[in-house]
Amino acid sequence: MTHSHDPGGPSIPKDPNSLTVALIGQPNVGKSTVFNMLTGLSQHVGNWPGKTVEQKTGVYRHNGLTVNVVDLPGTYSLTANSEEERIARDYLIRERPDVVVAVVNASALERNLYLLAELLCLPQPVVLGLNMTDVAEQHGVRVEPHVLAAALGLPVVPLVAAKNQGVKELMDAALKLAANPDSWAPNCPTIRPEHAPVLAAIRELITGQPLQAQPDADLRQLSPALPVEPGGTEPGLASESAWHLPQYPPDWIALKLLEGDAEITALMQKALPEERWERVHQLLMQHEDAYLDIAGGRYEWIGRMVRAAVTRPRAGVISLTERVDRLATHPLGGLALLLAIFGLIFWLTYTLATPLANWLSTQVLAALDAIAGITLAWAPAWLFSLVSDGLIHGVGTVLAFLPILIIFFAMLGILEDVGYLARAAYVMDRFMHLMGLHGKSFLPLFLGFGCNVPAVLGSRIIEERRARLLTILLAPLVPCTARLAVVAFLAPAFFGAQATLVSWGLVAVNLLVLAAVGIVVNRLAFRGEHTAFIMELPLYHVPNGRTVGLYVWNNTLSFIRKAGTLILIASVAVWALSTLPGRGIEQSVLAVLGRWLEPFGRLMGLSDWRMIVALLTSFFAKENTIATLGVLYGTGEGITGLAELVATALVPAARWAFMVVVMLFIPCLATTATIKQETGSWRWTLATIALLLGLSLGAGIAVYQVGRLL
Amino acid sequence: MEAIKIVEKLQPLSSLPSGQRGLVHSLDGGRAFGSRLANLGFTAGAEVTVVQNYGRGPMLVSLRGTLVALGRAEAQKVFVQVVPS
Repeated sequence: MTHSHDPGGPSIPKDPNSLTVALIGQPNVGKSTVFNMLTGLSQHVGNWPGKTVEQKTGVYRHNGLTVNVVDLPGTYSLTANSEEERIARDYLIRERPDVVVAVVNASALERNLYLLAELLCLPQPVVLGLNMTDVAEQHGVRVEPHVLAAALGLPVVPLVAAKNQGVKELMDAALKLAANPDSWAPNCPTIRPEHAPVLAAIRELITGQPLQAQPDADLRQLSPALPVEPGGTEPGLASESAWHLPQYPPDWIALKLLEGDAEITALMQKALPEERWERVHQLLMQHEDAYLDIAGGRYEWIGRMVRAAVTRPRAGVISLTERVDRLATHPLGGLALLLAIFGLIFWLTYTLATPLANWLSTQVLAALDAIAGITLAWAPAWLFSLVSDGLIHGVGTVLAFLPILIIFFAMLGILEDVGYLARAAYVMDRFMHLMGLHGKSFLPLFLGFGCNVPAVLGSRIIEERRARLLTILLAPLVPCTARLAVVAFLAPAFFGAQATLVSWGLVAVNLLVLAAVGIVVNRLAFRGEHTAFIMELPLYHVPNGRTVGLYVWNNTLSFIRKAGTLILIASVAVWALSTLPGRGIEQSVLAVLGRWLEPFGRLMGLSDWRMIVALLTSFFAKENTIATLGVLYGTGEGITGLAELVATALVPAARWAFMVVVMLFIPCLATTATIKQETGSWRWTLATIALLLGLSLGAGIAVYQVGRLL
Repeated sequence: MEAIKIVEKLQPLSSLPSGQRGLVHSLDGGRAFGSRLANLGFTAGAEVTVVQNYGRGPMLVSLRGTLVALGRAEAQKVFVQVVPS
């Protein structure tokens, strides 16, 4: 790294043959698509603000050169407004990539260049990838790359990343710049003249100029509160190494202090001697509103940069997005559309997936059983039983709803890539407000219909901790595919012709409970605080097969990983507990535990210990409910016989109660672990479990007791 | 300099009807909130067009080539000068 500017921090040794290129961009610019095209690695492409929280890296090979590509989280700016912004800027400043590739959306160029204006204050050379030029042209926006490049003084490469156009050229430009870092001479944005003196004063104070050395009369005029030192040196402050400056460029620190960046402010307050910080602080207090002017100044600079390069559509041209949005964002029409899409997703999921799931579970299980029978012919009976009743049953449950999950995620992926999900959040905002949440919370909760784990993870897009905690608390109340699979499996045997109606009713009950819990917790625990709702709605565009495919692949893969461990372990554990100590299932450890809890279960009409055990094992994974029933009622009649068998063991009111409890029961192990990880609080995690346990058992008892009377 | 023109009264963005244009004048609601909005392009002099405002619930505005959804409480903190159409 020849362009290294080392203010004293540790530098990272680099192999000259292995360059590092960092991808950065605002949300909704197709940055992740560029990353996928470059590295071929699978990655989820977001379509609503703040999706890619994790830092992803990949390798791009070019003419024998190995280039490390780092995909930074989507950020609107480099001010620490969110975790993503902090991650991105810390990476740029501390790790110092050789080149930064800034991806911008050509149809919203000015807004996107804001990030570039901030990047140009840092020393790394930048190449601009002008993406979605096709979408921009559809909306009547034309950008001339050469004119823009000339104005900015940096390489600008037009792209259509979704069609893999221009991606190679973008890398070529980046590598060329990396090879000649001395050619880097961009047109940098400067601060407005009225703020220049104060910026210089802050810079002086933090870099260690002796305090009395302030010959600038303007400065004293600007900050009358700044005491003028009577001659003489302050002890310990004369030399530059009196304190350790964080490893950021001093100009940048001064600018961020003036912008009121909370993180840098805290950092400098700690780093500087008290008296010196006091002076910086006084200056900052006098220029408290400077952040607005700084942002305004950047936009003015952008305006000058794009003036000659961009042609806009004539006023009055109505774009496709506007036409679709007339319905999609309408308070009533939008809600109707959302419900219709919702219904279609579930209808398609279950119509397409259920026959496939049945076929898989019967055919594949029979085949696996046959293989096990042949290969384990030599083995003792218990080993065959372990494999057949434990392992293969576990595999069976995974297979049973893998198709459901795949189809659900495929449709969700399409909606997300098209740009619809942000509209859904907008339409739902007024309802989410009842719970003290806003539209953005709808997105993670909707993901919960697939699996509660991504729902809890997805709550990261919500800025305020309070709203995030509440969303995490509510996420397990969204019925995931695993629970819906249990319902879909048992409902026909339990309720006959009314099965579909009952299933919808159960989903509705969950959502009503979710709303009620949200309202109550918001009032009691958070005293009805308000959460700011600010969200960008991307332009609609044709979904990209690769993007949707990768979305499905990543989500399904992570489910199989979870299933591959948790469900199989749980299946084997249930098998072992139901077999040991070896005097038949009726005498097993599980039976003892179940019978011990039977008096409690009787309150819900669950007078059969096997039902209680099935419920307990659903903690490992919701779909275990079926697997456990399969093991405990194990009759060798296959999956269809099982549901009828269970139905005969329960009176109608108990069937209702059992279904309600299954739907509202405590979150599964994987969700619980994710809640702990995301909240960082055992108290919140345990409170969530306690709340759901109380709710589900209470509802179960109520349903049975009332149902018995009817 | 004396004020030459009669400056249009400042209004919160939330009071503008659909289709109305305005110029951002100032932001209320503290630094963290203001900084988020300013980064998104809500800076003094920026032109905003109200795309959708039903008088209740969130609203949609178009600004610097992007469509932004704002909660009503957030829109009440953005003060604009109405541009006569």
